[in-house]
Amino acid sequence: MKIKSQRDFWAGLMFVAVGLGFAWGATFYSFGSSARPGPAYFPFGLGILLAVLGAIVLFKALTIEVEGGDPIGGVPWKPLLYIVVTVTVFGWTLPHLGMVVALPILVVIAARAGDEFHWGEALANAAVLTVFSWLIFVYGLNLTIPLWPSFLAR
Amino acid sequence: MDLLNNLALGFSVAFTLQNLLYAFGGSVLGTLIGVLPGLGPVATIAMLLPSIYALDATPALIMLAGIYYGAQYGGSTTAILINVPGESSSVVTAIDGYQMARKGRAGAALAAAGLGSFFAGCVGTIVIAAFAPPLTELAFKFGPAEYFSLMVLGLIGAVVLASGSLVKAIAMILLGLLLGQINTDVISGVPRYSFDIPELTDGLGFVAIAMGVFGFGEIIANLGQPPEHREVFTKDVKDIWPTKNDFKMAWPAVLRGTALGSILGTLPGGGALLSSFAAYTVEKKMRMKPGEVAFGQGNIRGVAGPESANNAGAQTSFIPMLTLGIPPNAVMALMVGAMTIKGIQPGPQVMTSNPQLFWGLIASMWVGNAMLVILNLPLIGIWIKLLTVPYRFLFPAIMVFCSIGLYTLNNNPFDVYVGAIFAVVGFIFYKLSCEPAPLLLGFILGPMMEENLRRALLLSRGDWSTFVSRPLSAGLLVAALLMIVVVSLPSIKSKREEAFQDAD
Repeated sequence: MKIKSQRDFWAGLMFVAVGLGFAWGATFYSFGSSARPGPAYFPFGLGILLAVLGAIVLFKALTIEVEGGDPIGGVPWKPLLYIVVTVTVFGWTLPHLGMVVALPILVVIAARAGDEFHWGEALANAAVLTVFSWLIFVYGLNLTIPLWPSFLAR
Repeated sequence: MDLLNNLALGFSVAFTLQNLLYAFGGSVLGTLIGVLPGLGPVATIAMLLPSIYALDATPALIMLAGIYYGAQYGGSTTAILINVPGESSSVVTAIDGYQMARKGRAGAALAAAGLGSFFAGCVGTIVIAAFAPPLTELAFKFGPAEYFSLMVLGLIGAVVLASGSLVKAIAMILLGLLLGQINTDVISGVPRYSFDIPELTDGLGFVAIAMGVFGFGEIIANLGQPPEHREVFTKDVKDIWPTKNDFKMAWPAVLRGTALGSILGTLPGGGALLSSFAAYTVEKKMRMKPGEVAFGQGNIRGVAGPESANNAGAQTSFIPMLTLGIPPNAVMALMVGAMTIKGIQPGPQVMTSNPQLFWGLIASMWVGNAMLVILNLPLIGIWIKLLTVPYRFLFPAIMVFCSIGLYTLNNNPFDVYVGAIFAVVGFIFYKLSCEPAPLLLGFILGPMMEENLRRALLLSRGDWSTFVSRPLSAGLLVAALLMIVVVSLPSIKSKREEAFQDAD
């Protein structure tokens, strides 16, 4: 059997897996009856329905010819990793080191995700964005955001 | 006249200094993100949701609405000048608008788009004011079964008109509905799919999903593409005012576009995008006048029609959200979220319980449109300058605003991590050509749908036929079914694909 459409094949597989996963997860909760539907009633039905639709997508991907095979194409690992790492790091640094440190780190790591990176530009961008964010979020909107590293604040 | 009284109340709210400022702020921001490719209204509104905690409900919604219709104006600017539609709803504008710019008629194209949009915006405002009250009346007759069927219709409608594969789009809705099941069951109080993570018992934040998929995910996708060469026609924008002949050509197209957009905007799944596609198709079908430029080579009707339609559609898509509490597209889903944040349960009762908010929001749309014409026509030069900002400065800024927004949602890094996870998920969707917008709609409507389904079944003692034996509910379900059948017909299917092909 040959895969006719790469994208649809993997999309179908994803739908089947997630649908079955949710349906299986629902079996841990009470199903109830149609007259008194329990917490598992709705997600179980949805999960099965999703798996069925996923199977249809899969079936189509294996039978209907698509021009060029609909390849997924390469994965841009560099931006993908940099962006995800940036956001995750920020989740830790903001509460611990405060906005004044966390934002420049965020901007500098994020900037490395692009094709062109210059330290000067990235630092200038970081400075502008940090001041700007302070103006909007802390001064303007009065949001409670930790500003300085927690060990300095105490 | 009730209509006049209501509008008078609305304008008295909209014309307070504070609300004027927020309408202005929203319009400016909307134009800005409309001009910047790679940042759309969905990501922007998601980004701003946390900050509206500090605002009152009315100015907050006025601002968010301004962003949505402001983006329709801004999106056309880039479509015309650099052939890169700033918003998906301006995709068809690029076809003829860019050709006009290449022939040195960028000014006329921009004016046709701006004035057409303004006219459409005025009509859209009146349509909302006129049709919202009767629809609200109807909504009060709805029971749980009707609400469930209406949501089915809304969700199906949202995807039959979207591009791409129908089955995949429906699967994405289901995925969204399932993600909405990660919460504490309202009826039994059982936490579901929480894996003993306390934050998950409150459910995933839809802001985190929206930002991950639409904000971060899109950045990754954009960075993964090779840098493209852009040709900007900035020097040519001198004669803003169109010629007499342009006016004569454009105004029937503006009228048709407005009418089409006002109707299509109110449909579930409708809104700016669908309206502009439909208007372009209609204009192409119209008989050509002698001496008219062919479509695809710079016909002014190809700009005026779709631009009027997308603005009319953007406005009337507020109708189902305001009257029924059911969002017809992803932006409206975020508006529902904004109302919930401000403690307003969206639905037919908003008009009676918060008349100031309801009518003030509607009146502010007219005010905002007037501001936008001024912002976009005489001041076009400023926006064009923005186009020269390279993406490598832009995306870190988007990251900053998204990340801070995520943290301040609950003052907790948990949402930041969820955003990071959904960045990867969004990228996978992009790679597998799965449209993420239906997922967001499903996610918003999921808990509401479940509650109404279970209440309807409780009332009917477990009899599923309640959904088809009640005439209103049956009608809605039949409409949903018809939609699927119609777009699956081979002849329509090829037409539909053709229409989307035009856009590429």
